[in-house]
Amino acid sequence: MVLVFIDQNEGTIKKSSFEAAAYGAAIAQQTGKTAEAILLGDTPADADQLGNYGISKVHVVNQASLKTMDAQVYAQVLQEAADTLHAEIIIFSNNTTAKAVAPRLSARMKAGMVSGAIALPDTTNGFTVKKSVFSGKAFAHVNILTDKKIIALNPNAFAVTTSSGSASVHPLECSAVQPAVSVTQVNKVVGEIPLSEASVVVSGGRGLKGPENWGFVTELAGLLGAATACSRPVADIHWRPHHEHVGQTGLAIAPNLYIAIGISGAIQHLAGVNRSKTIVVINKDPEAPFFKAADYGIVGDLFEVMPKIIAEVKRIKGVA
Amino acid sequence: MKILVCISKTPDTTAKIAFEDNNKKFAADGVQWIINPYDEWYALVRAIELKEADASVSIHLITVGGADAEPILRKALALGGDESFRVHLENGDAFQVAAQIAGFAKAGGYDLVLTGKETIDYNGSSIGGMIAELMDVPFLSHATQLNVSGGKATAVREIEGGEETNEAALPLVVSCQKGMAEQRIPNMKGIMGARTKPLKVVDADTTAALTSIERFELPPAKAGVKLVPADQPEELVRLLHEEARVI
Ligand SMILES: Cc1cc2nc3c(=O)[nH]c(=O)nc-3n(C[C@H](O)[C@H](O)[C@H](O)COP(=O)(O)OP(=O)(O)OC[C@H]3O[C@@H](n4cnc5c(N)ncnc54)[C@H](O)[C@@H]3O)c2cc1C
Repeated sequence: MVLVFIDQNEGTIKKSSFEAAAYGAAIAQQTGKTAEAILLGDTPADADQLGNYGISKVHVVNQASLKTMDAQVYAQVLQEAADTLHAEIIIFSNNTTAKAVAPRLSARMKAGMVSGAIALPDTTNGFTVKKSVFSGKAFAHVNILTDKKIIALNPNAFAVTTSSGSASVHPLECSAVQPAVSVTQVNKVVGEIPLSEASVVVSGGRGLKGPENWGFVTELAGLLGAATACSRPVADIHWRPHHEHVGQTGLAIAPNLYIAIGISGAIQHLAGVNRSKTIVVINKDPEAPFFKAADYGIVGDLFEVMPKIIAEVKRIKGVA
Repeated sequence: MKILVCISKTPDTTAKIAFEDNNKKFAADGVQWIINPYDEWYALVRAIELKEADASVSIHLITVGGADAEPILRKALALGGDESFRVHLENGDAFQVAAQIAGFAKAGGYDLVLTGKETIDYNGSSIGGMIAELMDVPFLSHATQLNVSGGKATAVREIEGGEETNEAALPLVVSCQKGMAEQRIPNMKGIMGARTKPLKVVDADTTAALTSIERFELPPAKAGVKLVPADQPEELVRLLHEEARVI
């Protein structure tokens, strides 16, 4: 059985978890198994929708200690659940929760793990999973040598297909575990599209000259339903918050569309964004390295170009 | 308090990524090696800051690798740290590496084990969590701040969609990222001192690998950029809408 760990945020299932569900269902089909899901904590309102992604059953372990994420507790509960349900392959979406929990589970179950997977496994000779390495500059094909396997799928890497199906929700009893970590404060960023999951990202660099000019980035992002990002120096000089920093030493993302405004495209920046499907660059320097990695571009002054782009996007979106 | 900082050797961020031996091996010829930035800028520097605030803190550095990892340990010692250890194991998978460090940390009675949030070559983000599980201690992942007092650690961690503050009793494992500390440049005194600081080689245990890399692959080259004249930005919007169909 393929067991997909489903992550939720404020009572709804995260987009990347639906991707993980569809990925798990595809592996189940490929290997002649069934795909089921596991949720820790309260049941989100859209749990039954997992059926549309190929999941037949959703198991819910609800204990007070699971409302916050303690990796030690989660790994222990997930192992017990995986044993009870006879899970052979466990799928996560490769987000911050998975990065805390999946390696613990891997060590606990002695189950080989591939994190950052970007494709379905190749099972013709072993069980080999393609993953992104060298910060998006290359791929590795990693063979999982153990019978039990764990895969953490990168967000936006797997093309989801849905069909109508229904998933039944079942409570699952697991031993209670007391967390050793106490959560003393939580700050959620509300109303923003999470950068790691966004399908469109508008990003700004030092070429914008100062935080007072970020309206170009945020307005375009608002129109496109996009998340905002920035280059490292922009976060370092506090024009933008650190969580927007993309690149080799920031977040690595792979949206459908990445629009870079006033960013030179240094190799370390490209490392975090080069898996984007379409890259658009606006830069006044024709020699800017970003143009080599771009699909579309304008060599021009962003202060002249951006107002016209924003006006045109408004026009096609029918926004006054 | 005894801190163990995990140090990994990675290719410089500008290194050309290429493979040899039928794409089975990273082509290391002419490549500059650096300390994995997350290990250096955040984990190690934060450990040094904790020692600066409390002289009773000792900092040990550990790497798992071949003899070619020793210059990286010396570089790290030049920034700070009292002693260093290299577990002799080449091409271990994440689980083997974590098992070496966990075994060493348990035997050495360390209070705090610090790692970077990931390495910039393998991008596994898994060593810290595996060490914590094998030591059976808490794991505070993706920490952007870390303080220790009275046998307790307090960390601010990145979580999905925000951040939270955690508290837990030592010993524990913390994976470190941006926000935790500022990059430092080693000074002459540090570099000279690093030459004589202890660097001990430790034998690896026999933990078996759970995974193996079969081969590497480079992404296909881009087709080339389509440039739109600067006086017709509307054309760019049209192309994105009608040709690429991304907006
Ligand atoms: C170890 C290491 C790790 C690093 N990690 C990262 C990382 O994770 N992410 C990252 O982003 N960087 C990283 N860097 C830094 C990276 O090398 C670059 O310095 C950085 O990306 C440059 O940011 P930028 O493009 O915003 O600024 P700049 O390099 O200053 O480029 C600004 C660009 O704006 C253009 N411009 C200026 N004015 C205008 C205008 N009016 N109209 C249009 N265009 C204009 C310029 O032509 C220029 O290309 C790292 C560096 C090192 C050494």
